[in-house]
Order: sequence, then C-alpha cells, then structure tokens
Amino acid sequence: MKLYIKYDINTTCKKVLEEQLEKEQLAFSLISFGEIELLESLSGDQLKRLNESLGNYGIEILESPKSILVQKIKDAIIEMVYMDEKLPTFKVSDYLAEKLKYSYGYLFNLFQEVTYTSIVNFIILQKTERAKELLATNEFSITEIAWKLNYSSVAHFSNQFKNETGITPTTFLRIMNKRRKMEEEIKQL
Amino acid sequence: MHILLADDDEDDRLFFRDAFEEIKIKTKVETVNDGVELMNYLTQPNIKLPHILFLDLNMPRKGGIDCLLELKRMDQVKNIAVVIYSTSASEEDIEETFVLGANVYLKKPNDFSTLKKTLEAVITTNWQYHTSGLNRDNFILSI
Repeated sequence: MKLYIKYDINTTCKKVLEEQLEKEQLAFSLISFGEIELLESLSGDQLKRLNESLGNYGIEILESPKSILVQKIKDAIIEMVYMDEKLPTFKVSDYLAEKLKYSYGYLFNLFQEVTYTSIVNFIILQKTERAKELLATNEFSITEIAWKLNYSSVAHFSNQFKNETGITPTTFLRIMNKRRKMEEEIKQL
Repeated sequence: MHILLADDDEDDRLFFRDAFEEIKIKTKVETVNDGVELMNYLTQPNIKLPHILFLDLNMPRKGGIDCLLELKRMDQVKNIAVVIYSTSASEEDIEETFVLGANVYLKKPNDFSTLKKTLEAVITTNWQYHTSGLNRDNFILSI
C-alpha cells in the first residue's frame, strides 16, 4: 500500500523549532521565516547545544555579520559609558568609527536597520542606566552625576532622565531608598 | 512572550487583548478577573509564569497593592516585570507602587491607538532589560 503525502515545509520547520526551543527552556517571542527572536541572550554552551539539536533536523544557526557588528557597537558604547569615573568628552561618532573601523554613517544606518532604534537612543538608555546606578549608591549628588555623565547642566540631566523614566532623579532616589528600607523590614519579620 | 493581566473591568480586558493582537511582537495574553484569581493562578503547581504581569489597582476582593505586597514575599515570581495598569495617576499611587516593587506605572489611555503604542513601548523597554544586560532592580518607568 502506498500513501501519498503533501506537506508544508514551513509548518514543519516552525513546529520543530518551537519544540527544540521549548526543550532548551528558552523564552522566544517570534518565529518568522528564517528568524527567531529570543528573550535572553544565549551562553556559548547553550548556543552549541541548540545548534547540535537543530542540526539533527538539518537546521543550522547562522551568525549574521550585521548582527555581530551591531553587538560590537553596543559593547563599545557600554564600554564608553562605564569606562572611567567620568565619561570621556570625545565625539561618539569619532570614537565608534575609530574603534570599529567603519564610517559612522554606515554604523548609524546599520544600527537603525537591525535594532529599530538609533545609536543615540541606545547611548541615552545606557547613560540613564548608569545614572540610576550612581544614584542608587547614595554616594554622589545629582550635580556630581550630571557632571560625570557629561551633561551641560543639572537641568539637562534631570530633563533627559525624566523623559526616559517618567520620573525625576530625586523621585527615583527617594523610591530606591524607601524600597531598601522596606526590604530590610520584611527581612526582619 | 507570556503576558498576564489582572483587571476586573471586562471592557478593559477586551481592549487589552485586542491591542496585543495588533502588536508585531508575538505574545500570549491571559487574563484573570481580580487579585484573588491572580494569586490562585500564580501559585498553581508547575505553572508557566508570565514574563510580564499587568495589574489593575482597584479590584474587588483583592486590589493591586495587596497583590504587590504578597508578590514581594514570593521568591518564584521575582523575575516577573510588574506593570501597574490603572485609571488613576496620582503621584502618591505611582510612588507607593514603585516602592512596593512595581517596574512600570501605566495610566490606562483613553483611546485604542495610544493603548497600542504604550503597550508596545512597555514590551520594548522590558525587552531591552532582557537583552542588554541591564540591572532589573533599576527598571522603573512611568508612562
């Protein structure tokens, strides 16, 4: 007896991918054609395991040169924001072009294309995160933090912080301190 | 991405689901009707916990603030991002919920397209905390 089968290779692939990702307990939000969006970044080991288990089905993980370069841009920005006591004053565009050996125009467009956000936004995000960390240490005044992060004035810093988080640096500080106090109280119970 | 909403208003639950249908990030949305149902949901054995929890403040039986207090004492839920989803936007409510551990305070928008846009912004910011190695303790956003 012969059975004739018709199958949809896309559905098959998608199902296999879903099963394998779930087996590895990876949180993913999107599988579109040839692309999976993961909620967390994978360790080298995890990536190797996933590559092996997908390999059994003839599926291979590609490392796209574009996304590797975007990761390098992000790393360079994070390095810059956390480099020293105080942020360097050189122009970011020169720094990135020099470090990654591509023109800033190219990097700018590539970043936009891959992440749907801009290099400038990513820098603001990282600077705001750094500001939050510095505030949470309770060691620096808002004026000092604005200076460390190269803001031209406290007002400029406070405005950008509020644009990003919806609250002012002072409110953020108050919330963090209250949170800490409450957590200590809970621990003592 | 798994999303859970606790809200007693049926219309709000419907708009919420519809908004996520139209957002390009793939999500699985579930809803419960109040705080009691929420705590029952989260304490089921072997439950797959949501990545983001949206929490209404004013609900019968058990409100959002009481839920936050209980969540603080539960170890297994501490990686869930908590978004307060409320009609009020009083400074006191905002500050109190942040102190109690909420990550985002989202005032319910009046129109559908703003709702879609703000929900997308919340998901994207949460995403950045996942993918860019940011410190989740400092994840505070009021929109």
